Amino acid sequence: MAELTAKRQVSVPMMADLAARGETPEILFWVGCAGAFDDRYKRVTRAFVRILEHVGVNYAVLGMEESCTGDPAKRAGNEFLFQMQAMQNITTLNGYGIKKVVTACPHCFNTIKNEYPALGGEYEVIHHSTFLQQLINEGKVKAEGGESFKGRRITFHDSCYLGRANNIYEAPRAVLEVLDADLLEMKRCKTNGLCCGAGGAQMWKEPEPGKKDINVERAEEALATLDGDADVLLNLQGVESTAPVLPAGSNRGGSVIAVACPFCMTMMADGVKNKERESDVQVFDLAELIASAEGLNA
Amino acid sequence: MHFSIQNILFLLVAVAGFGLFAWQVRKIRANILVGRDRDMSGHVNERLWKTLLVAFGQQKMFKRLTPAILHLIVYIGFIVINIEVIEILIDGIFGTHRVLSFLGPLYSLLTGTNEVLGALVVLAVAALWWRRNVKGVRRFTGPEMRAWPRLDANVILYIEVVLMMALFTMNAADLKLHGASLPGAFPVSQFLTGLLPDSPTALHVLERVGWWAHIVGILLFLNYLPSSKHFHIIMAFPNVYFSRLVPQGQFSNVDSITHEVKAMMDPSYQVPAPATEPDGSAAAPTPFGAKDVNDLAWTNLLNAYSCTECGRCTSVCPANITGKLLSPRKIIMDTRDRVEEKYNAPLIFNPNLYGKEAKHDPQEQLDRENHTLLRGYVTPEELWACTTCNACVEACPVNINPLESIVEMRRFLVLEESAAPNSLNVMFSNIENNGAPWAFSPSDRFNWADDLFVAEK
Ligand code: HEM
Ligand code: SF4
Ligand code: SF4
Repeated sequence: MAELTAKRQVSVPMMADLAARGETPEILFWVGCAGAFDDRYKRVTRAFVRILEHVGVNYAVLGMEESCTGDPAKRAGNEFLFQMQAMQNITTLNGYGIKKVVTACPHCFNTIKNEYPALGGEYEVIHHSTFLQQLINEGKVKAEGGESFKGRRITFHDSCYLGRANNIYEAPRAVLEVLDADLLEMKRCKTNGLCCGAGGAQMWKEPEPGKKDINVERAEEALATLDGDADVLLNLQGVESTAPVLPAGSNRGGSVIAVACPFCMTMMADGVKNKERESDVQVFDLAELIASAEGLNA
Repeated sequence: MHFSIQNILFLLVAVAGFGLFAWQVRKIRANILVGRDRDMSGHVNERLWKTLLVAFGQQKMFKRLTPAILHLIVYIGFIVINIEVIEILIDGIFGTHRVLSFLGPLYSLLTGTNEVLGALVVLAVAALWWRRNVKGVRRFTGPEMRAWPRLDANVILYIEVVLMMALFTMNAADLKLHGASLPGAFPVSQFLTGLLPDSPTALHVLERVGWWAHIVGILLFLNYLPSSKHFHIIMAFPNVYFSRLVPQGQFSNVDSITHEVKAMMDPSYQVPAPATEPDGSAAAPTPFGAKDVNDLAWTNLLNAYSCTECGRCTSVCPANITGKLLSPRKIIMDTRDRVEEKYNAPLIFNPNLYGKEAKHDPQEQLDRENHTLLRGYVTPEELWACTTCNACVEACPVNINPLESIVEMRRFLVLEESAAPNSLNVMFSNIENNGAPWAFSPSDRFNWADDLFVAEK
C-alpha cells in the first residue's frame, strides 16, 4: 500500500539529556511499569507519545531512571517497600526540578498525586484523560483525519483509582465524546462502577476462591451493555451468565470497551476473551482511540 | 399543677434511664479511645457542611430511593415527635398537663404534625419489616447477619411501633376525656376514640398507661441502643463529622517507616526520639499495622459503633459479589464485637456471653490463642480478596471506611509476620530488584520507544 501520509521517526526526549542542556520540559510524562513493560500497554504509551508529538508539547520521560511508584506494594500492605520506592522517585523528580507530571496510569497518578506530597514530592499531577480533554478543549486535537468511530458502540469502564479514588468521571467521557460514537453507559458506572478485579495488588496474585472472577462479571456487563442484552444485565451480580454467546458481528461489529488504566485493560481484555468475543469487541485505551481518530499511527 | 407521687416516680425513672445511658456511653467512649491517636481536628466548616449533607440531609441514602424514603419518614418522625417528648418530660416532672399548649395554633400544628408523622412511621416501619422478612432484600442477609444482628433488626422495628401505639393511646384517651376543650389537633386519634371505653376512669388510666409506656419505652429504647445497630441514630453524626476529607485513593503513610527510610537514605537524618510514657520510660513499640482493635485508629472504632448493618457496602463489593469470603460489613461488625469482647461490653448485648456463638463458626471459637481481631475474627483470606476499589467506602451512608481497617491488617500480615501470599512476595522482590512489579530487566524499561513513528500532518 502506498504511503499516503509522511511519517517521522520519534526520538523520545529523555529528561537526563534535557537537564544536560539546561532545559526543563513543560511536562514530565510518567510512563509507569505497565506502560514500559506490558506488551499491550506499550501500545498505549506509544499512542500517547504520538499525540504529544503531534500537538508539539514540550515533554520528556525519565527512561531508565523511572522506577515503580510503589503502588502495588502499598496496596498490599508493604509500606516499607512503598516508601523506599517513593523516596527514590522523589529524589529523582526533585533533582530535575519537575513541576508537572502527566501519566496514563491511574495508580501512578493516585500515588504521586496523593501520597508523595507527605514524603516531600509535590507536583501538579495530571492523568492522561484530563490532559487529552484539555488538548481537545484547546482545539489541538480534533479526532479528524483518521479512523472513524461514528456510530460505533463504545462503553467506558471506570477505573477505581481514577473515579472513586480521585473523582475523575467526566474527563474520559469528554474525550470519548469527540469520537462521535454511540456512547453507552453500563448500569454500574461512575461512582457505582464495578472494579475490574486488578486493584489492590490483585493483578499479581490468583483470586481467592469464589464462584466467579471479577473481570468476567465486569466483561459480561460491558458486553451485555454493548449488545443491548437486558436479560444478561438483570442476572449479573455474581451469577455466571448462561446466555448464548452472540455470534460475532451481531452487535454491528467493531464495538469498543474503552479503558483508561493498564490493569483494567488486561482484565477487560481477558474477560472478553473468556466470553469468546474478541472477534467483535475490542478493548482500547483513550489515547489509542484518539491517536487512531486523529490519524497519527504510522 | 397536680404534684403527686407519680411525679416523683417519674423523676426517679427518668434519672435512672438517663443515668444508665450515660454510664453506657462512657464505657463505649472508653472503647473507642483504645484506638490509636489520629488527628482529625480542624476544617470545622468543611466537616460541619459534610455532616449537614450526609447525616442530617441523608445524602448518600438517596442512592437507593425506596429505602431512602421509608427511612426519611422514620427519621423525620423521630426528630419531630421528640419535640413532644420534651413536653412529656416537663409534664412528668412538674405535674403539668400539655405544658406547651400555650403555643396556641402552633401547638395544634405540632400535635397535628406529630399524629400524621406517627401514622406514617407505622406504615414505613411495616414496609421496612416487609422488605427485611418477606421480600428478603439480599443485602440484609449474609453469614454475619445471624442470630443477634437479625433479631436486633426486627426488635428495633417492633419497638418503633410500640412507641407510636403508646402515643396514639395517650392522645386518643386524652381526647375522649377532654373532648374539644383539649388543646392541640389530633387528626389520627380522633378516629381512634371510638375504640376506647366510655368510662372516664378507664380513659384516665389508659391515658396514663399510654403516657408512661411512651416515656418509659423511650428510656428503655435509649438503653437498648448501645447494644444495637440502632446506635447509629446518635453515632452517625459524629462519625460523619470525623470522616476523612482527603481523596479516597489516598492511603495513610506510616510515619515511623518514613523515619526509618529517611535514615537509611541519609545517614545524617535525625530520627525523632521514641515516644515515652508519662513517667518517662520508653513506650512499648507499636506494631506496624493492626493485629487487634487497639492497633486501629480511634476513627475505625468509631466506625464500628456507627454501622447500621445495612449491607450497602457488601452489596457493591466486587469480591463479595463474585462469591469470595470478604464482606466489608463483617469487618466492621467484627471490630465492634471484638472491642466489646476485649474491653467494655454494653448492657444487653455482651459478645462474651453469646456474641461469638452468634456470629462465628465453632472452630474459630476454639482458636483462643490467636483470638485477636486478625485471625480470631477476620481471616487473611478475607483481607487478601480486597481490590481496594473503594466501592464500600463510596456506598456507606454514614461514611464508614472498611478499606482503612483492611489495609491496616494487611500491613500487619506483611510487615510483622511476612505472611503475604507467595505471589505477592514475588512481586515485592521484583520491585526491589527490578524497580517493577514484574520480572523484567530495568535496562529494557525504555524499549517501548524503539522504532516509534508518528504520521506527519
Ligand atoms: C436520628 C434519627 C434516626 C432514626 C430514628 C433512624 C431510624 C432507623 C430505623 C428504624 C432503621 C431500621 C430500618 C430497617 O430495618 O430497615 C434505620 C436503619 C438505617 N438508618 Fe437510620 N435512623 C436515624 C438516623 C440515621 C442517619 C443520620 C443515617 C445516615 C445518613 C441513617 C442511616 C440508616 C441506614 C443506612 C439504615 C439501614 C437500613 C437500610 O439500609 O434501609 N439513619 N434507621
Ligand atoms: S475496597 Fe475492598 S472491601 Fe471495599 S468494596 Fe472494594 S474490594 Fe470490597
Ligand atoms: S459499613 Fe456502612 S454501608 Fe456497610 S453495613 Fe455498615 S452502615 Fe451499611
